[in-house]
Parts: sequence; structure tokens; C-alpha cells
Amino acid sequence: MNSVLVNLPFIVVAILLAIGFYTIGFKRNLIKIIIGVEILEGAVNMFIVALGYVKGGYAPIYTQAPSGAIENMVLPTPQALTLTSIVIGVAVTALMLAFAVNIYKTYGTLDVSKVRRLRG
Amino acid sequence: MRKLLGIIALTVFSIILFLTAVHLRSFGSPPHAEMDKYFIEHAQKEASANNVVTSVVFDYRGFDTLGEATVLFTAVSGVLMALRHYGGRKK
Amino acid sequence: MTTVIIRTMTRILTPAILVFGSYIILHGHLTPGGGFQGGAVFASGLALLIIAFSRKRVKEMFEKVPLSVFESIGALGFLGIGLMGIVMYTFLRNFIANSGAPFGMPTPEGINPGFLNTGGTLPYLNIFVGLKVLAGLTSIVLILFLILRREENE
Repeated sequence: MNSVLVNLPFIVVAILLAIGFYTIGFKRNLIKIIIGVEILEGAVNMFIVALGYVKGGYAPIYTQAPSGAIENMVLPTPQALTLTSIVIGVAVTALMLAFAVNIYKTYGTLDVSKVRRLRG
Repeated sequence: MRKLLGIIALTVFSIILFLTAVHLRSFGSPPHAEMDKYFIEHAQKEASANNVVTSVVFDYRGFDTLGEATVLFTAVSGVLMALRHYGGRKK
Repeated sequence: MTTVIIRTMTRILTPAILVFGSYIILHGHLTPGGGFQGGAVFASGLALLIIAFSRKRVKEMFEKVPLSVFESIGALGFLGIGLMGIVMYTFLRNFIANSGAPFGMPTPEGINPGFLNTGGTLPYLNIFVGLKVLAGLTSIVLILFLILRREENE
């Protein structure tokens, strides 16, 4: 039970991943599938940031930091990688939404199964 | 039938995810991080920036950021290309 | 067409959001933030401007703004600074740091109140990336808006 409480952020990440996979696998609306991909992305970003957390650490910024901050800073590399991942996620989401708009204009529906049927 | 199979697979996957999350290295104690220690100690001298995250993004891993900017550029041109027929005049 | 409440609040809020975005871009090497975040904040201010007004007003507003030129300037400036680093030593070397050029003063060791005139190439890269991100995100929002509003009008 104690380890469950300690690892609460990782468990939240696991729950978010499960929700994201459920959304991608069982929903038929394209917009909902995009929302599922977004949830997955948020879960992965949270996981990377949570891996780099040091207990009681401060943000890795020297500007007006508290006095004890230098010896106890959160790891900066996971945060930098998360920054990269967020921007790429925005780009991918914009691309997916553009294709969703395109599909809606072409087929008149956002339902994945109907789109497949119309293709023949 | 397919839906039932999917639900079973998702349940098994979720249980595995949950067990992994519980048994991971405990939150707040990252593994050995010599690289991050180096960044924290030398960022002010080498990159002369107070913000260590920015100095990692733009200095130590600048090439990575260049690729990221390229991805953004590609995505924007992809969006413009995908919606070209509907948008009227391009921007 | 949106309500008068949204339009009035947009007129009040947009300058504040744009100033905040510029602040985040310029102080990327001192405070939390940087080019990507500041560019996203700036683009969200412009997105507020886009969604609050009618299609005609938006077209008038953004017709004179060369967003693709901004995007190209951002990408080429980033590459240019990286290639200037090649002349010195390696790609993207921080050759301005501690050299006395603009943004080139040495930063004091340890905790300090933060001086804007430090950072070497980082502020330049922040500005270029911020320009690129704000142009890219704004053009995405703009083109989606133009398509959707066109349906509405016809």
C-alpha cells in the first residue's frame, strides 16, 4: 500500500495510458480518436517529467532561487525532452485535425467504419 | 465478439501497466544522473544562462531542437497542403 | 459572429497576452520559458484575435502579415547561428557567450537575480524559434478558421 502512495504519479500515468488506448481502440469518431492520442501524449509527457523528479528538488533555474537550491535540483534533461515532445505533439495534432477536416469534406462523415465502407 | 476480445486485451494491458507503475523505482529518486549533474554545474559557465533547461534545449542539444523546428515546419506545410483545396487563397 | 462581450474582452486582453508572450521569449534564458513557450503564448493571443472577429475583419487584419516570411526567417536564422558556430568550432557552438557582444556578458556563478545581457546565442535562438513557432501556430489556426467560417457564410 505504501508503494502505491509513493508511486501515485506513475499510477496516474498508467490510468491515463489505459484511457487513451481505450479511446483509440473503441471509439469510432475521428475527433474522439484524436483526443485519445492527445491523452496518450499527455501521459507520456507526464511520465518523462515524473522520472526526472528529485525528492524535494527545485526547478533547475538559478534566477532568484532559494538558498538551498543548488545542491538539490530536478534533472533538466527530461524536462528538455518533454519540451521537444510537446511541440512535436502540437504539430502532429494539427496535422491530424487537418486530415480529419479533409475526410469530413470528402465523405461527409467522421465515422471510421463508414469511411471505410464508402471507399468500397 | 471482437469487442469482447478487445476489452479482454485492454484489461490485461491495464493490469500490466498498473503493476509496472507500482513496482517502478520509487517516485522522487532518479537513477544515477552524471549528465544532469554536469549540466547543472556547468550551464552557467559554458552557456552563461541561468535557466538550465533552456541551455540544454538550445546549447547542449541544439541539433535536436533543429530537428524539432523542422518537424514543426513540415507539419505546417502539411496542414497547408492538406487544406489547400478548401482554404481559398493561401497564407 | 461572436457576442460583444467576447469582442470587448479580446480588445482588452490581447495586448496583455502579446506582451506576456514577448516577455517569455526574451527572458527565456533567465526565467521559466523560452522560444517555444513564448511563441505558443503569442500565437494563442493571435488565435483569440482570430476567433473573436468575423471572417472579413480577420482577412483584413492578417492580409498584410507575412506569416510564411516570419516562419522562414525563424528557420534560416536558427540555421545561420548554427553555421556561424561551425566557423568557430562545431555546429551550434555557443560562440557569443562570455565574449562581450550583445547578450555576451559572463553570468555570475551561483544564485543571482538574473541579468538580461547574458546567455550567448541562447537569446538569439529563442527569438528565432519564437518567431517560427508563432508564425506556424498562427497560420494553422488561421487556415482552419478561414475554412470553417467560409462554410458558415455560404
